Amino acid sequence: MSKFKEALESGKFVVTAEIGPPKGVNLEPVKHHIELVKDRVDGLNVTDNQSSVLRYPSLGGAIMIKELGGEPILQMTCRDRNRLALQADLFFAYSRGVTNVLCLTGDAVVVGDHKSAKGVFDLDSVQLLDAIQTLSEGTDLAGNPLDGAPHFCKGAIVTPEAKPLAPQLVKFEKKIAAGAEFIQTQAIYDLNNFRNFMDYARKFDVKILAGIVLLTSAGMAKFMNKNVPGIFVPQALIDELAGAPKGKALETGIGIAARMIRTIREEKLADGVHIMAIGKEETVPRILDLAGINGNQRTS
Amino acid sequence: MKTITQQKPLEEILEAVGADTSLFIVGCGTCATLCRTGGVDDVAAMAERLTAAGKIVTGTAVPPTGCDEVTAEIRSAYRDQLRAADVVLVMSCAFGVQTAAAQLKKPVAPALDTLFVGKEGPAGQYMEICMQFGECVLSDTGGICPVTLCHKGLLNGPCGGTNDGMCEVGNGRECAWTLIYNRLETQGRLERMRRYHPPKSHNAVLRPGMMDLTHSREEAAKQ
Repeated sequence: MSKFKEALESGKFVVTAEIGPPKGVNLEPVKHHIELVKDRVDGLNVTDNQSSVLRYPSLGGAIMIKELGGEPILQMTCRDRNRLALQADLFFAYSRGVTNVLCLTGDAVVVGDHKSAKGVFDLDSVQLLDAIQTLSEGTDLAGNPLDGAPHFCKGAIVTPEAKPLAPQLVKFEKKIAAGAEFIQTQAIYDLNNFRNFMDYARKFDVKILAGIVLLTSAGMAKFMNKNVPGIFVPQALIDELAGAPKGKALETGIGIAARMIRTIREEKLADGVHIMAIGKEETVPRILDLAGINGNQRTS
Repeated sequence: MKTITQQKPLEEILEAVGADTSLFIVGCGTCATLCRTGGVDDVAAMAERLTAAGKIVTGTAVPPTGCDEVTAEIRSAYRDQLRAADVVLVMSCAFGVQTAAAQLKKPVAPALDTLFVGKEGPAGQYMEICMQFGECVLSDTGGICPVTLCHKGLLNGPCGGTNDGMCEVGNGRECAWTLIYNRLETQGRLERMRRYHPPKSHNAVLRPGMMDLTHSREEAAKQ
C-alpha cells in the first residue's frame, strides 16, 4: 500500500500539494520546491500539461519526487495519450515506485498553447479509473493477461461549484463506482457552499480533499471568477485582498488559504486538503505553519 | 443536412494555383450555394478577383450538385473552356473537388475548406450533430450525441469545464452533457446517464469507410 493510501486510511487530516513542472528541462526550481514541501505533506501532485500548456511531463516530476524521498501522486489526463500510451505509462510509473494516480479528463487543447494539436480523449476520466482497476486485476483493456499487475491508489476530481452541479454529481458517482479512492476538489472558497456539497459527498465511501488554490491578488480572484469555469471567489475575499497594504496581497492570500485549511480541519469539513499554490510553491510551508499544521506530516 | 464550407483566403488560392495562368471555375448549386461559398454569384465574384490578380478565367460552371454532377454533359458543354484551362478551381466541398479531379482529367485546386456536415437549425444556422463513428449511443443520451456535441467526445458525463451550461471552448457552444442531463431528467430516464459507458471503438468503422451494397441489392431483387 502506498504511503499516501496509508495516510488516507489512517483517519488523520491529509495534506497534499501540487508541483508545476517547468516548460523545458531546467529542473532546479522544481527540485527546490519538492525539497521545501515533501516532508510537510502526505503527497505531492505533479500536473500533466496543465491547461493544455506544454511542460516537463508529470511522470518525470513524479519520479523526481520519488527519488528525492517524497510521495508522488501522478496526474494523468486523457487529452494527450490514447489507451495504449496511458497503460504503458502506468506500467512505467508503477515500475519506478509511482503508485498514486489522479485521473483527469484534461482541459481542451484549444485553451492551451498548442492550439492546433489533436485532443485525444480516447478514454475519459471514468474509463481511465476503470482501466487502472482492470490492470490491477491482471489484464489490459483488450483483455490480455499481464506479466505483473500494477496496483495503484487512484483518485479523481470533482468541481463542487460547477454550474449546473447535478450532471457533475452523476459523474462523481460514476468515478467512485469505477474505483476512485480519493477525490480532489476544484478550488473552493465559499465554505457554506462546500458544506452543502460535503453533506452530499459524505454519503460515499471515498476520501475528499478540499482544493485550496492560493489567491495572490484581488485581480487574480476576479480573473478566475470571470474565466475559470467552476471557480467562485466570494466578494468578501476579493475585498480582503483588495484591502491589503501595497505589496502585501500575496501575504493576505497566504493568510486566507491558511484560515480556510484551519477551518476545514477544525470543523472536519473534509478528509484533508490539496494545496495548489500555482507558481508560488515556496509559500506552501508558510501556509501550513499558519494553518497550524506543523512538523512532519508524512506517516513514514 | 449540408456540407458546410468556407472560402479560403485569395492568397492561399493563388498559392495553390501557382504559376498556372488560366483557370476554369466549377461551383455547386446545392450546399456551397447555400453557404454562399460556391453559388453562381460567388463563382462570378471569384472570376473577377482572379482576373484582377492577373489570371485568365476560361469559363465557369455551376452544376446542380458539385459533388456528383460534374458529368459528361458538363465536360461536353464546356469542352473548349476546360481544354484552355491549366487548372480547375473548385468552389464546392471536398467531395466536389475529388469528383472534378477524377472526371475532368485536369489538375484541381480547392477554393473552399470543407468544415463539417451540418444539420440546418433556425435562421440558416448549421450544427454538426453526427460524426459517423459507428457505435450509436443515442438511446442512452436522450437522442443528443456526446461524441459529436461534447468537444472532448466524453461518454460518461461532463468535464469540469461546464460554464453555466456552456462549453469551456466557447463561441456559443453548449455543454452537451448539460443538454443530455436536462433531456433525460425531463424524460425521467436519468438512470441512462448513470450507466458506465466503456471506451468506444475508434475502428467500429474501419477508415476509410467503405460499404458494398450490391450484394444486398441482388438479394432484394431475387425476392
